[in-house]
Amino acid sequence: MATLTDPDRESFKLSMLLYDTRYRSMTIQVIAMIGFVSIVFWLISNTITNLNNLGKPVEFGFLFEPSSYDINQRLVEYNSRDSHLRASFVGVLNTLVVAFLGCITATIIGVFVGVARLSKNWLVARIMTVYVEAFRNVPVLLWIVLAMAVLIEGLPAPKAFRGENATASLELFDSVALTNRGVYVPEPLFSNGIGDVALFGQSSLRFSVSLDLILIIAVLIASFSASAWIKKRANRIQDATGDRPTTWHLRLGVTIVPIAFVLWMLGFHLGYPELKGFNFKGGTHLRNSLIALWLALSLYTAAFIAEIVRGGILAISRGQTEAAASLGLRPNRIMNLVVLPQALRVIIPPLISNYLNLTKNSSLAIAVGYMDVTGTLGGITLNQTGRELECILLLMLVYLTISLSISAVMNWYNNSVKLVER
Amino acid sequence: MSDQAFVRRKIIEEQTPPLTAFGLVGWLRENLFSNWFNAILTFVSLYFIWYVLSGVLPWIFLSVWNAGSLSECREISSATWGGTHGHACWAVINDRWIQLLFGFYPSHLYWRPILAFVLLLISLAPVLFTGAPKKIFYLTAVYPFLLPWLMWGGSVWASVSALLGFAVGYAVVRYTSEIVGQLGAVVLSIIGAVVWWLYIGPLLLSQGIGAILPLALEPVISRDFGGFMLAILIGVVAIGCSLPIGIVLALGRQSDLLILKTISVWFIEFIRGVPLITLLFVASTLLNIFMPPGTNFDIILRVMIMVTLFASAYMAEVIRGGLAALPRGQFEGADSLGLNYWQAQRLIIMPQALKISIPGIVSTFIGVFKDTTLVSIIGLMDPLGLSQGIRANAEWNGIYWELFAFIAFLFFIVCFSMSRYSMYLERKLQTDHR
Repeated sequence: MATLTDPDRESFKLSMLLYDTRYRSMTIQVIAMIGFVSIVFWLISNTITNLNNLGKPVEFGFLFEPSSYDINQRLVEYNSRDSHLRASFVGVLNTLVVAFLGCITATIIGVFVGVARLSKNWLVARIMTVYVEAFRNVPVLLWIVLAMAVLIEGLPAPKAFRGENATASLELFDSVALTNRGVYVPEPLFSNGIGDVALFGQSSLRFSVSLDLILIIAVLIASFSASAWIKKRANRIQDATGDRPTTWHLRLGVTIVPIAFVLWMLGFHLGYPELKGFNFKGGTHLRNSLIALWLALSLYTAAFIAEIVRGGILAISRGQTEAAASLGLRPNRIMNLVVLPQALRVIIPPLISNYLNLTKNSSLAIAVGYMDVTGTLGGITLNQTGRELECILLLMLVYLTISLSISAVMNWYNNSVKLVER
Repeated sequence: MSDQAFVRRKIIEEQTPPLTAFGLVGWLRENLFSNWFNAILTFVSLYFIWYVLSGVLPWIFLSVWNAGSLSECREISSATWGGTHGHACWAVINDRWIQLLFGFYPSHLYWRPILAFVLLLISLAPVLFTGAPKKIFYLTAVYPFLLPWLMWGGSVWASVSALLGFAVGYAVVRYTSEIVGQLGAVVLSIIGAVVWWLYIGPLLLSQGIGAILPLALEPVISRDFGGFMLAILIGVVAIGCSLPIGIVLALGRQSDLLILKTISVWFIEFIRGVPLITLLFVASTLLNIFMPPGTNFDIILRVMIMVTLFASAYMAEVIRGGLAALPRGQFEGADSLGLNYWQAQRLIIMPQALKISIPGIVSTFIGVFKDTTLVSIIGLMDPLGLSQGIRANAEWNGIYWELFAFIAFLFFIVCFSMSRYSMYLERKLQTDHR
């Protein structure tokens, strides 16, 4: 019986590092590593030398010095005696606010436009095409400054609301004031409110959360889960007996009654904006910069989302709809049970990247003076303290954190709806 | 025979369909009034279109073209139409369009950016259209070195020396790969090129041929660059450089070599996780700090570097998508043919992966070109930056829409034609017959 003997054990030769595929990859990696490390080392040593020459070694102490600038649009209390860290925190919250609002409106507009582009009505489809092409092919920065110019130039000044023969009037049953100094919307007020809870004590990251809001959200969540439970129970009964109990009045009651009761208990009412002196008082004041940024980012991103939605719906082959129809499903259920679950799988990954783009584009706030984190940490703080390296590092860190968390959450969702293959 | 019922002897002539099913009426019924809901939508859309056009068309066409200032514009328009609003003042574009296109580039040198642009179009022709003569590829190869010389001026020998560096690198690979093997040749060629660029080239430049035959153009400083010229310059450089870097990064991310893969992943995720504006801040404030003490290189060059890095990360992800979409059989087929890694990439993988990723690549291009407007935030004079400058002028103080409309129009033309071109390319490269 012929046996294959092992070939003679070769002694290791230096040339094998180059010619033997077993070792060559190691060689390449080692060379790459050496190159990379030496480049990084070179950059860092240059930086240290330069910073020493400039006489400002890397340190973050400046964050705790008073910022001495104001931020007019903010979620949490802040004044110019607070630290730079506090200002950056306000900026981060502002970034998150505009990103959150923008993502919601962009999704709504985008889905609407995407569906309308597929409309059988030729005129509607053309109008939507024009919208999408116009917004996708013009820089977002231009849209932002344009929106700002529209708000400032196009809206009436507060004094136009004054007097007997006022040239401007409040919108939406006298509740919303659109002025060139910003938009005033009614604010929710509670006459028997149960107060706020302050978090993080006296640190720079302190903020207070309204207990009223928490209570309302908790009640809403409880109501909706109760309603879902009723539906599930109805399904169970239907599966067992074939008869479906009528549940709509129960579900409606469970949803509405508790929240109405809680709102009544808290003494909920709206504080309307009123013209006092030269300006409006009361209500929530949304500055033009926020509105312009929000509007421009939403409309711009919506154009991209519209294309994604359209592509997602077109990606579902006609056979799917026809098969569902031949099973006897009604159009409504075809949409919910067959088309949407498959279309969402196509839509969600690019949708996530558009949310990320919107969040990153919100850094253009600096062009209209909205104080997001780029405006505070990367703008005024940087210019006042002259700490470019530290500020930009922190700024990048903030954006990286936001981006990576959004993509983590969205990837988790994406995995949960993913088609399970083999 | 007589009891037989009537049988038609002649086939009836083909009749026209009912009036409501063809032609204009048929089309209207089909597309606009198929049911009551559609009819309502149609009327709402018509009203909307009328509303928009009735505002925009008079503004665009009943407008003032010749005036020296905004107030003069308003006088003319109120004298002609009796109201200052609702009529565009294109006089500002008439007055400043050259500035919006070229920034503060010296006016007697306008032929240089124009020539550079024309040459760009010519050298792109063989890349974009297969019908173009192949000999133009020589121009395409030389163009990257021609562009800086034309734009910034100075001695031609700097560009020639940079080009020769690549030639040296190529020659080293060509003649040493048989002696030291491929990997060694690549390393040697990099060393050779760097030695050329750092030592031999400058020596030749300053003392050799540069001193004998100073073929120099009048230098233009970067501060004078602006307008669409700047946007196109940054865009073209970033687009041109980001494609090869993006391919390398995508291959790195897909490769089995752990260290290369880690470096690529970290680089891509980092760049994609931060907004471009932070990278531009790095360009404007930090990049000089990263360089050896005393270096102070040009702001436009710094911006180009950062925009290129930014674009390459996105490009890498697009190309990675193309690589991931290729069936595994293609990689295995290439292996079984005995092709080595680079041959397989060049002959089998990349042509298909790039083809798949064309839409993504072009939309990245469009994105990069649009993002060049961000340089106005760090104080470069791109069209948006210039528009602020124009508005700061006493004559044109308070003019918004005309400038925005003009800038938007130019960007729209470039971006829209790019996206149409990508559609054309997709159709042309679609080889699977469906």
